Amino acid sequence: MILKGRKVMGGYAEGEALVSAEPVSFYGGVDPVTGYVTEPGHCCCGENITGKVFVFPTGKGSTVGSYVIYRMKKLGTAPAAIINVETEAILATGCVISDVPLVDKLDRDPLKVIKNGMKVKVNADEGVVEVID
Amino acid sequence: MYLTREQERMMEGEKGVAVRKSMELLVALGEVFEAERLIPVESAHISGVSYKNLGDAGTEWLEEHASMGARCKVRATLNPAGMDMEKWREMNVTPEFAEGQRRVIDAFTSMGVEPTCTCTPYLIGHVPRRGTQVAWAESNAVCFSNSVIGSRTNRESGPTTLASAVTGLTALYGYRLDENRKPGKIVKIETDLETRMDYSAVGYITGKLLGRTVPYYKSMGKPDLESMKTLGAACATSGGIALWHGEGVTPEAEEAARHLDGLETVAIERKDIEEARESLVCDPDNPTYCIGCPHCSLREMAETAELVKGKDMDGRLWVFTSRGVYQKAVRAGHVKVIEAARGRVYRDTCMVVAPLHEMGWEGVATNSFKGCHYSVAHGFDTKLATLPDLVEGAAK
Repeated sequence: MILKGRKVMGGYAEGEALVSAEPVSFYGGVDPVTGYVTEPGHCCCGENITGKVFVFPTGKGSTVGSYVIYRMKKLGTAPAAIINVETEAILATGCVISDVPLVDKLDRDPLKVIKNGMKVKVNADEGVVEVID
Repeated sequence: MYLTREQERMMEGEKGVAVRKSMELLVALGEVFEAERLIPVESAHISGVSYKNLGDAGTEWLEEHASMGARCKVRATLNPAGMDMEKWREMNVTPEFAEGQRRVIDAFTSMGVEPTCTCTPYLIGHVPRRGTQVAWAESNAVCFSNSVIGSRTNRESGPTTLASAVTGLTALYGYRLDENRKPGKIVKIETDLETRMDYSAVGYITGKLLGRTVPYYKSMGKPDLESMKTLGAACATSGGIALWHGEGVTPEAEEAARHLDGLETVAIERKDIEEARESLVCDPDNPTYCIGCPHCSLREMAETAELVKGKDMDGRLWVFTSRGVYQKAVRAGHVKVIEAARGRVYRDTCMVVAPLHEMGWEGVATNSFKGCHYSVAHGFDTKLATLPDLVEGAAK
């Protein structure tokens, strides 16, 4: 299945999908050292995002979140790529300064068509996402 | 998004890696917010300075940026750090933290950023003209710029303000455009606002009620500069407000008044102010009494000095201000009076960004709803009181 959307930060990555129905805050919501989602009550709490194609609606929380993404990239715990329904400034900034591919506004709802564990190829330069069942 | 030939060349790296990376960020954000083009900014105010928030990763990012040759093209001032850059030992900050903080300030300074270390650039001579475009981070400064000065900025972050400082550009969207500066709700004040803390409370309630919507205040009285400072800080903290209009108070209120037809009105009464206060406080046993969130003006320094005369603050009253105001307060004799009463005066930092737990604080008392909000978020028991009551409480 091929999805088309908008490039926010370019690059190419592939990995296993991790899908969150809820917005994500990288500051306080994700442990940058281990890559685990730690926000209490979050639907992905306890999941590890390292190397995953991380799919979620949008970002939330403090602007310090941009630096958390950068720190994860440095530590090797960052996701391989991020797919948002519609992104926002903190995530866009974090992905640009850390070279993490980021696409959004796909022609089909990624939260519905992408399931945990599916293999996903993100060609962010072209805004194209390939989902392999 | 449309780029000029020169901007395209900047994007391709003709002006170096730092400029290219900065352009990448500004263009990506411009695309996200569907900006038509980039526009020049006159100045930047950069946040993300405290080593407590940046950690080693943020610090390394700044150092890398500096080593790539990033240099400010427009005037850029800096937000507070996690400590007074000289009196940090007295604040009980660890040498390890101080070393990290020093690296951060050195990186900024080498890029040509003025190490002002204040959240109130507008009190130390960084005052843009009305209508000019600037790239400011620090939510209270954003609110002050848009609302009280009339200079235009979005709620920027550390990396975006640095990118704007280095390129002299920003993407044209949001509060930079007339259409997004119109009010979205009327807020009617149905009580007399008697103290600055009342204005702080009104700001806090507004943010809770309106989120990111632009308020148009009716019957807000005649707030002084300090009241507008604390109101903006509070509404930017509890909500995401970047601009407010006050009837008969702010420079764009008259224009804003043309767009009130059909807007919903919400009222703020005395009981709302009491409830807002009660929602945050829980009477700490041994609080540190702090003023200067946002950083104290010269008038607040003078008032504090007058109040502490002849009393013993026993080291429990902490006053936070900028270097610019501090120098004037020294000349006017206020600092001497406060220190003679065993109050402490610190520059460069504040109660929101200093590592208070590590410094051994047990609780916080303040006259600022913003300060109180963050103290609660950082796990402290808190108390809200006006300046005279804070001095009374701290007195031995």
